[in-house]
Amino acid sequence: MYTVADLKKGLKITLDGDPYLVVAFDFVKPGKGQALYRTKMRNMINGTLLDRTYRSGETFEPANLEDRQMEYLYKEGTHYTFMDQATYEQVVMEEETLGDAKNFLLENLKVDVMLFGEKAIGVSLPNFVNLRVTATEQWAKGDTSGNDSKPATVETGYVLRVPPFIEEGELIVIDTRNGEYSTRVKG
Amino acid sequence: MNGDALWLRARIIRAIRGFFWDRGFLEVETPLLIPANAPEEYIDPIPTLPWQLQTSPELCMKRLLCRGHKRLFQISHCWRAEERGQKHLSEFTMLEWYRADSDYNALVTDCEELLRQVATACLSDAPVYRYNRTIVDPFVPWAKISVQETFLRFSNTTAWDCLEKGIYEEILTEVIEPALAVFPVPVILYDYPAELAALSRLKPGQPELAERFELYLAGLELANGFSELNDAAEQRKRFEEANRSRVKDGRCALPLPERFLDELDEMPPSAGIAMGIDRLVMLAAGAESIDEVVAFTPEQL
Repeated sequence: MYTVADLKKGLKITLDGDPYLVVAFDFVKPGKGQALYRTKMRNMINGTLLDRTYRSGETFEPANLEDRQMEYLYKEGTHYTFMDQATYEQVVMEEETLGDAKNFLLENLKVDVMLFGEKAIGVSLPNFVNLRVTATEQWAKGDTSGNDSKPATVETGYVLRVPPFIEEGELIVIDTRNGEYSTRVKG
Repeated sequence: MNGDALWLRARIIRAIRGFFWDRGFLEVETPLLIPANAPEEYIDPIPTLPWQLQTSPELCMKRLLCRGHKRLFQISHCWRAEERGQKHLSEFTMLEWYRADSDYNALVTDCEELLRQVATACLSDAPVYRYNRTIVDPFVPWAKISVQETFLRFSNTTAWDCLEKGIYEEILTEVIEPALAVFPVPVILYDYPAELAALSRLKPGQPELAERFELYLAGLELANGFSELNDAAEQRKRFEEANRSRVKDGRCALPLPERFLDELDEMPPSAGIAMGIDRLVMLAAGAESIDEVVAFTPEQL
């Protein structure tokens, strides 16, 4: 159990059944009056922001969050299934909850799944993933148009800009933090 | 915290000392570790068993008035448990001064002269105070508004209504202070509801009001002054009332300052005020956070 004295940026609490992250916090206390604790919180499931003011004596339940390493198994419609390799326990996440992470999910990829109680509410990916280019235009040698990049589709269906010399079938490294091409996997 | 802010802080403290020395005030040091503070509903002392750190030098300063000293000032550290924010440090520096044979009006004049002198001595480029985006000029006439008028004007309600509904602090910090934040001059908010004046005298003929004022610059509360209550029986009653409220809130009752109460009837009619030095430096430096004007925050220790 947390009290108002524990409030600070980055604290994760449970409110009305949802996990919230404290993103802004201020302590206010008018002369000789009662202290107020003003917070701005983000719902960790749907991202909505909430302003709440608390008084001393109020208490909070910590958000029971756990990061667990799991393997991505498969996708069915908009459902993505992950499995804990140790316990064989499976969780399903909606495409909407995954956000941009869906662009980099290749079967058997190991990711950290964030669990709120039983519910999976997000994943953290490795910073870099290797994905194979499934479609991109040929680079015409002697092209003088000056373009230093071209679009390419990788095996997850994600489209990004790559250097002109990248060819179909090549394995490339993508930075999952910004979704950009990083380098080519040689050999 | 940069070196410039430390120099500014030192210059301000020197200017304050000069101001009071020039006016014949005696600079005193009273013990920081005391057996009892004034019990207040929302101020928690830090215990250092069997005593506590002072939350304000108020009680010892008033006992010196009882001994016959007429003008006193002190710059000292004060401690209040669990107060930490952009404008609060649990350990902070307070200036307090007291005048015998005076009431709160004399303190308002002191504030005007002090803030002008500090600005002249320490802010030679532009003698103004700044907080958030507001520039406050201490040299033009100050705004003086009663608490009653302020609540009516900015919140369409009365302070008493807010107290009764338990929303006084919210209205004050979310409506009144933001309204005061745009004033280009210092604001004196005066005559508080009697309920909000634990140690001040009530207004003669208007017992629903206390002779208390707060000084605001750009919405930042800088000082709290009042005509002092010197009726020991009434003072004891208010301390006991504060303790009853604390217990009702699930907080501990605080020990009563018995020696202070024993002597209080000897105190001449007086006025006293507390001003936050860290906040004054914030205003002079144009700082947004109190962290910018101290050598170390607790988190850096």
